[in-house]
Amino acid sequence: MSTMLDIQGLTKKFGPFTAVDDVSFKVENGEVLGFLGPNGAGKSTTMKMVTGFLPPTSGTAVVCGADVTRDPIAVKRHIGYLPEGAPMYEDMTPAGLLSFIAEVRGLKGPARREAIDVAVGRLQLDEVYNQQIGTLSKGFKRRVGLAQAILHDPDVLILDEPTDGLDPNQKHQVRELIGQMAKDKAIVISTHLLEEVDAVCTRAVVIARGRMVADGTPADLERKSVYYNAVSVRLHPDHVDNLKSALDGIGDIERIEVATSRSDGAHVIVVARNGATIIETVNARINDRGISVEQLYVERGRLDDVFRQITADSAGGRA
Amino acid sequence: MNNVCAIAKRELSAYFSTPLAYVFIVIFLALAGATTFYFGGFFQRGQADLQSFFSFHPWLYLFLIPAVGMRLWAEERKSGTIELLMTLPVSTTQAVLGKFVAAWIFAGIAIALTFPIWITVNYLGSPDNGVIVAGYVASFLMAGAFLAIGSFMSALTRNQVIAFVITAAACFLFMMSGLEPVQSAFRGWASPFVVDLVASLSFLTHFDAITQGVFDLRDFVYLASVIGVFLFANVVIVDLKKGS
Repeated sequence: MSTMLDIQGLTKKFGPFTAVDDVSFKVENGEVLGFLGPNGAGKSTTMKMVTGFLPPTSGTAVVCGADVTRDPIAVKRHIGYLPEGAPMYEDMTPAGLLSFIAEVRGLKGPARREAIDVAVGRLQLDEVYNQQIGTLSKGFKRRVGLAQAILHDPDVLILDEPTDGLDPNQKHQVRELIGQMAKDKAIVISTHLLEEVDAVCTRAVVIARGRMVADGTPADLERKSVYYNAVSVRLHPDHVDNLKSALDGIGDIERIEVATSRSDGAHVIVVARNGATIIETVNARINDRGISVEQLYVERGRLDDVFRQITADSAGGRA
Repeated sequence: MNNVCAIAKRELSAYFSTPLAYVFIVIFLALAGATTFYFGGFFQRGQADLQSFFSFHPWLYLFLIPAVGMRLWAEERKSGTIELLMTLPVSTTQAVLGKFVAAWIFAGIAIALTFPIWITVNYLGSPDNGVIVAGYVASFLMAGAFLAIGSFMSALTRNQVIAFVITAAACFLFMMSGLEPVQSAFRGWASPFVVDLVASLSFLTHFDAITQGVFDLRDFVYLASVIGVFLFANVVIVDLKKGS
């Protein structure tokens, strides 16, 4: 493994407003990094600086050994980039656009034809190859944008919300594609969809208000959830009080949440203190009392919950 | 160089993928003909030259060329494609040059398509073809100067209509700076040096000098340097404003 992308103290100020504040992380070859944050957190601004579109106020990004503040052209050669919303020259066809990109990327002759064929094949663009991009559906436009980004088989792929606005099938396709390409690349995708992190990312960096608030594997993040290792119990509503008293006095229990609905019976969540393992104790108490339960399982922790928790925390800290 | 070519090729094909190119060329040719024969009195003058043809070019360019230049950067910024373009391995200078060259070639095609008038004048008499060639070169250079101004103005805004209007206004000032209304506005308060300087910036004086067959390298250098200055400013503005 080698470091393909090294972001060092990247900061961007627009007048008095700090959009990105001292963001640093590294991405290794083979990693798919999910770059998470609420809208307006600075994800796109960070990506624009890494790709050499915006100059950073301070800090830098090193891509495959090239420093973006000193040699942006070399950085751009190593990067394939899908900007937010996949802006495209609407009056061109995918054929025209891809051959233009190939030309600027320095691909010539048979190499150019092959690169275009591979990209078109991967994103299944054959049927719209000679149609004006402006007339294409959102899904196809996004795929043209992706084809353009992977055309020169870049070492680092930066995709700003690659699945935004796609239907579930298209999302699945794009995620598969990212998975296939991950082996010999470093990939950064920004998203605010947490399912995406679970589906494709090997690591997640969360930013809020321009600052990094978390960096770890999706499992690390789940561990931060208050629901990590919580025990979920489904049972008849009549047994809830019995269950509650049975669980009385276990030190590792933070609190007990009860939700009742007429159709499903009661759903009790026993929240563990600091993610302690409580399933065995809880299970033993239930068996002792002979309480009949319909379902009993351990929660993995909820990403969306962690996301809300850490991004809201930092917002509060700033205000 | 390769990048400039690639960008120029893309831009040029963008012109021809919309009706703009055809509308522009037809209108330009129609107006060039009409002004030459009706207002210029091509036949009545009874002279074998293209004075009556060239002398209207600055006025045609005044409102036609801004229409060619207005989309160059404003459209990229409005649609966001500037982010696509400027994250390719091209420098800002290459992008500015590529776009300018495409627009200039396009204007060149329109100018070249006026060749029947040159055939006509050669059929009717024996003109000084050297002067006519110089006239074409001057006309092409002036179109380039207008386009450089247009490209610069287009980078200032994401609205094409605004780009059109301010380009036309700027070109008008450049044209008129040698004429009495502008001169008298300066004469009241500025030193004679400044007044002369402003006068020397006039497109019309330099352009007319060339088309009348007075060969002075300075006239060509003037037009070329207007192109250079505005393209340089264009690069600076694109770098400053691309993110906003």
